[in-house]
Amino acid sequence: MMQWQSWNDFFAMGGRGFYVWGSFGVSFVLIVAELWWLRLARLASLRRLRQLQQLESDSE
Amino acid sequence: MNLFRLSSPQTFYPFAGRLVPVFAMLAALCCAAGLALGLAMAPTDAIQGEVYRIIFIHVPAAWMSMFIYLVMAFWAAVGLGLGTRLSFYMMRALAPTGALFCFIALWTGALWGKPTWGTYWAWDARMTSQLLLQFLYFGFMALTAAIEDPRRGDKAGAILALVGAVNVPVIYFSVQWWNTLHQGASVKPGQSSMATLMLAGMLVMAFAAWFYSLAVSWARARRIILERERHTDWAHAEIARSGSGEGGRR
Repeated sequence: MMQWQSWNDFFAMGGRGFYVWGSFGVSFVLIVAELWWLRLARLASLRRLRQLQQLESDSE
Repeated sequence: MNLFRLSSPQTFYPFAGRLVPVFAMLAALCCAAGLALGLAMAPTDAIQGEVYRIIFIHVPAAWMSMFIYLVMAFWAAVGLGLGTRLSFYMMRALAPTGALFCFIALWTGALWGKPTWGTYWAWDARMTSQLLLQFLYFGFMALTAAIEDPRRGDKAGAILALVGAVNVPVIYFSVQWWNTLHQGASVKPGQSSMATLMLAGMLVMAFAAWFYSLAVSWARARRIILERERHTDWAHAEIARSGSGEGGRR
């Protein structure tokens, strides 16, 4: 079932490691970045909405 | 659960809140299984060698980038036709994830093209139309972000989503309509030119992309709902409640 004899074999990808890992690596980084951005945006948005709410209740 | 009730932002918000972690979990499981199948178990390709393994990310990402645009166009049509606010929120929530998958498809395609065709890029029909899709996503995001009045932004974005949807069948059928450097479809309904393990790995990765997109876009939709519905009583309460949870941190 397993295609590889060793980890070196696995990382080398038959001499095409640059292309294979360049594809998987960049995709992984971008997905993590999207998740990170999603979380930051949610926290920033909630903080801003709470401030707005505060301002509105103060001015009432 | 009534579908019409779900179309109200107030009902959808907690519903999505419960399902997002489920989708995220399913995405992680499918991704792990798909990578095990694709990177460890699937056999070496007889012609391309190991570099073909890029397929396990390239094809699911390309499918997803086209599918998400069609779903955006669907929500655009529903929003314009019925005036439902949630449709526009869903449309907006999908765009960044669609743009992400589109970029991944282009990037991995370039890295696959170099060792197999000898070039990172060619202006053939498949690649050019996929690049146009990338610009449509970026254009949609820039347009909806630039318009101050959110309801006008919804309408303008919806029109761009609908008009741009014409490009999706062009991408899909480009390999049949024109003589392209890009190969034709490896998977068609009812037949496939791939080995079973290769096909399984690709389909499981496609499921991972589906669940990921659901999780991320619904999570983003929840943020958009709170921002846009902040004057309603329930959103007001929800925002106030969010403060108590992390009040200790600042």
